[in-house]
Amino acid sequence: MFGWEFPPHISGGLGTACLGLTRSLSAHKVKVLFVVPKLYGDETEKDARLINASAIRITPRKRLPNKSHGVSQPIVARAVGSEAKESRHAMSYLEIPAGLSPYESPRAGVRHEHSLSSWNYSFHARADVTHSSNATEETPPAAEPDTPSDHYDFTGTYGDNLLEEVKRYGTVGGIVAGKYSFDVIHAHDWMTFLAGIEAKRRTKKPLVVHVHSTEFDRAGEHINPEMFEIEKTGLHEADRVIAVSNWTKEILVSRYGVPAERVNVIHNGIGPKEEAGEFAFPDFASHFVTFLGRVTYQKGPRFFVDAAQKVLQEFPDAHFIVAGAGDLLPQMIERVAQLNMSSNFHFTGFLRGSQVDQIWSLTDVYVMPSVSEPFGIAPLEAIQSGVPVILSNQSGVAEVMPHAIKVDFWDVKALAGAICSVLRYESLSHVLRQNSKQHVQLLTWDKAACNVKALYHELAGKR
Amino acid sequence: MSSPGSDKSMQTIILYLQVHQPRRLQPVNFFDLGNEPHYFNDTLNESIVRRVSECCYLPANKLLLQLVKAHPQIRIAFSLSGVVIEQLEEYAPEVIDSVRELAATGSVEFLAETYYHSLASLINGDEFEIQVLQHAGKIYETFGIRPQVFRNTELIYHDDIGKRVAMMGFNGIFTEGHEKLLGQRSPHQLYCHPEHQQLRILLRNYRLSDDIAFRFMEGGTRLDVRRYLDWLHAMPAAEKVITLAMDYETFGEHHKANTGIFAFLEELLTSLSQSGRFRMALPSQATALPYEPLPLSCPSYVSWGDLERDLSAWLGNDMQKDAFNSIMKLESEIKHLNNSRLLKYWRYLQTSDHFYYMSVKTDSDGSVHSYFSPFPSSYEAFINYMNVVTHLTLKVNEEKNRPVRNENNLSPAEVERQTVKATTPVWVMNLESLPHGNVPEDNHS
Repeated sequence: MFGWEFPPHISGGLGTACLGLTRSLSAHKVKVLFVVPKLYGDETEKDARLINASAIRITPRKRLPNKSHGVSQPIVARAVGSEAKESRHAMSYLEIPAGLSPYESPRAGVRHEHSLSSWNYSFHARADVTHSSNATEETPPAAEPDTPSDHYDFTGTYGDNLLEEVKRYGTVGGIVAGKYSFDVIHAHDWMTFLAGIEAKRRTKKPLVVHVHSTEFDRAGEHINPEMFEIEKTGLHEADRVIAVSNWTKEILVSRYGVPAERVNVIHNGIGPKEEAGEFAFPDFASHFVTFLGRVTYQKGPRFFVDAAQKVLQEFPDAHFIVAGAGDLLPQMIERVAQLNMSSNFHFTGFLRGSQVDQIWSLTDVYVMPSVSEPFGIAPLEAIQSGVPVILSNQSGVAEVMPHAIKVDFWDVKALAGAICSVLRYESLSHVLRQNSKQHVQLLTWDKAACNVKALYHELAGKR
Repeated sequence: MSSPGSDKSMQTIILYLQVHQPRRLQPVNFFDLGNEPHYFNDTLNESIVRRVSECCYLPANKLLLQLVKAHPQIRIAFSLSGVVIEQLEEYAPEVIDSVRELAATGSVEFLAETYYHSLASLINGDEFEIQVLQHAGKIYETFGIRPQVFRNTELIYHDDIGKRVAMMGFNGIFTEGHEKLLGQRSPHQLYCHPEHQQLRILLRNYRLSDDIAFRFMEGGTRLDVRRYLDWLHAMPAAEKVITLAMDYETFGEHHKANTGIFAFLEELLTSLSQSGRFRMALPSQATALPYEPLPLSCPSYVSWGDLERDLSAWLGNDMQKDAFNSIMKLESEIKHLNNSRLLKYWRYLQTSDHFYYMSVKTDSDGSVHSYFSPFPSSYEAFINYMNVVTHLTLKVNEEKNRPVRNENNLSPAEVERQTVKATTPVWVMNLESLPHGNVPEDNHS
C-alpha cells in the first residue's frame, strides 16, 4: 500500500483514513506493507509494516561503472534521471514547475498568504519545504549536500516540490516492489499513483487506486493539468478504482472517463472517539455556528458567510466561528467586515490538538457547505462530539448520514433557514444529535475493510 | 518673552514635533479568550520605548536643550500623546525629566490632542472632549504648561472638528496644508474657522516637512542644510507663517544618528534663530499674530495620512471600519460600568495605530504602514484586534450582569458624574486663565 502521510504526521484526512483502513484490514488478516515518503520514527503502528521510502536505496545497477561505492550527489542525480526516463511515457513530459501546492489554489496570489499561513501556526504546506523549487534533473535536491547519499530524502509534505517528490516516489515505488512480496498494490490518491504504476510494471500484480479526492474537488475548474494527468494515468492503469463516495465516482466517470463498472464505492469509516477533556471557555454567546475546515474554494466558506448574514437577522446574538486556514481566508475576513459582522465572527486559524474538541464543545451547529467534498470526515467527528450538522448535497458524507440536514451549497437561503431551525427548535437539534450519534457508530472502518478485502480477493483470484 | 508679532516684516516659522508610541497589542488568539489574556504587549512596548528613548528622545532632547540655551530665539512645540507620556513614565522616566527641563526654558510649549491618540473626533457624543481634557490635564500635571493650541490625531480635520475644538476654548488648531483643502491658496497664511474666527488654523507645509522626515536620505545622500535653507529663503515675503511638523522619531530613529540628522537639526535651528528674515514662534504666539485671519472652510476630512490625505489610512477598508465600529459601539455600555480599568482598556483600543496596521494598501504608503506594524499582515492585525475586542465585550457583559455594580453602590449616573469630575481639569474650561485670553464670542449659537 502506497500512502503519502501517516499519523501522527498528517496534514489532512488522508493519513487518518489510511490508518483506519490499515488497522481494520489487519484485523481481517490482511497483511499490509505501508510505504510512506518519510517516517519520523514516532509512528507506533503495530498492525502494518511501515516502509520508509526515504530509506530505500536507489538500485546500484543504475550507477555509472566508474564510480565507487560512496556515490556522490551528481551521480545519484543521473541515476534519477535515467530511471525517470525509463519509466512510463506518461511521466516523460512531466516537468517540474515551481511553487506548486495542490492544497492551495495555484492562483492564490493573495499578498499576505505566507504570513497568514504562519499566523495559522501549523498549516505547513509551504513552510516546511526544505528544497529549492527550481530543481532540475542535473541537480536534484534529494540529499543533504555533505552526506553522499544513495537514497531520496523525501519531505513527504505538500510543499513547492510536490510534483518532483511525486515523481521520485514513483521511482522508489518500483524499487520497493522488487524487494517485497505481495498480492495486490493499493495506491492512495494521485501522489502515490506513479509509485503504484511502477510497482505494477515491475511485478505485474493488480493495482488498486483509491481516490480520496480529485483535482476538481481541490481546484474547482482551475485544475492543475499535470496533477490531472497523473490522476488520469493512474485511473486508467489501475485494475480497479476505489472511490470514497458516489459523488466522487460520478466525477471519475464524467471527468476522467473511467468506466463506471471499474469503480467500487467504498465509504470511509470513522473510529470511536476518544474522550475529550473539559474545557474552560467563556460561553459568551447563546449560539455558536461553526465552519471547520480548510478555507478554500472547495469548502464553500463564502456560502457560510453569506448565510451568516441572514441568520443574524433572526439571531442577532449568534456568533460564527471560522476554524481553519487557507487561501480564501483574507477574502472571507474582508467579506465579513464588509457586511459589518466582524464582532460576531471569530477566525481561529489552523487548529491544533485539543482545539478541535474545544470548538466542538462550543458549537451549537456545524455547517459544511462544501462545493465538492469527496467524503468529509469532519461532520462525523462533530456528530461524535454531540454536534448537529448541516451538510451540502455535494458531499460524500451526505450519502451515509441520514440524520443531518442537507442543502445545496449554493442555496444560501436554505442554508440560513436550516441554521435558524436548528438554533430555534431545541427538539430538532436534539433529535439530530441523538440519531446521528447512534448512526455514526455504524460507519466503521471494519465495514470498509471487508469491502476492500473482498475486492483484493477478486483481483488476486483473477491472476 | 518678546512678542513675535511685533515685527510684521519677518516671516514666522513654527516647528512642532510629534511624539507618540501606541500600546501595541499582545498576540491574542481565539483560544486565549478563556485564559484572561493581557491585551498589551508590555515587553514589546517597553523595548520599543526604551530603544527609541536611547536613539532619539534622549539625545534629541539633550541637543535641543543645549540649542535653546545657546539661542533663546529658538521655539519648539511638542505634541506628546497621553499614551506615550504614560509609557515614558513607566519605561524611561529620564525622558520625562529631560522634557521638563526643556519646558522650563520657556522656549517650548505643548500641543493638546486626544490622550489616546484616537479617532474619537470622528464620533458624536463627548468622548472626544473627554479625551482632550484628559490629555490637557496630563500635560499640565507633568510639565506645568497648559496647551492652548490643538493638534488632532494624524492632523485629521473637518469644519465640525474645528467647531468642537473652538468650543473647548483652544486658540488654534493644526492641520495639513494640502491642496485638497487649500486649492490655489497658500498654506503660509493665518487662517481661521469660518464660524469660529477665534480658532486660528495653522497649516503644515508637508513638502518642507517631509523633505526632512521622509526624504532626508533620499538617493543615499543626506539633505544639505544650506540647500534646505535656500528653499526657505526662496519663499516670497508674503508667505507669513510656515509650519514644519514631523514625528520626533525622525531624529535618531527613522534616520539614525549616523546619517547626520542631529547635525542637520542643530544647523537648521541655529541658522533660523540667527536669521534676520525668519522668526521662530510657538504655536500659541502664532495664533496671536496681528494678521487678519482668512476664513478656511473644510467640509470634507483631511489628514496627513498617506497620499490620499483623508481617513483612508485608518478607516479605508471594510476591516478597519468594522473594527472601529465594533470598539465604538461598546461606548455606552462601558461608560455605565464603574470599572476604570475596562474604560481605560477601551480607550487604549481606540488608538489610531491599531487601525493603521489593518491597512491593505500596496503602494509606497503600504510599505510605510508595514514599517510601523508589529503584525506580519493586516489580516493578522485585524483578527488579533477583534479577539481583544471580543474579550473586552465579554468582560463588559460579565460586569453588567454582576448584582452589585460597584463598591459604593452608586447609580450609573452618579458614577458617570464622578468619572467626568475625575478626568476633567476644571481650569481647561476656565478660559480667562489662558494667557492670550481669546474668549470665544458666543457667535455660533
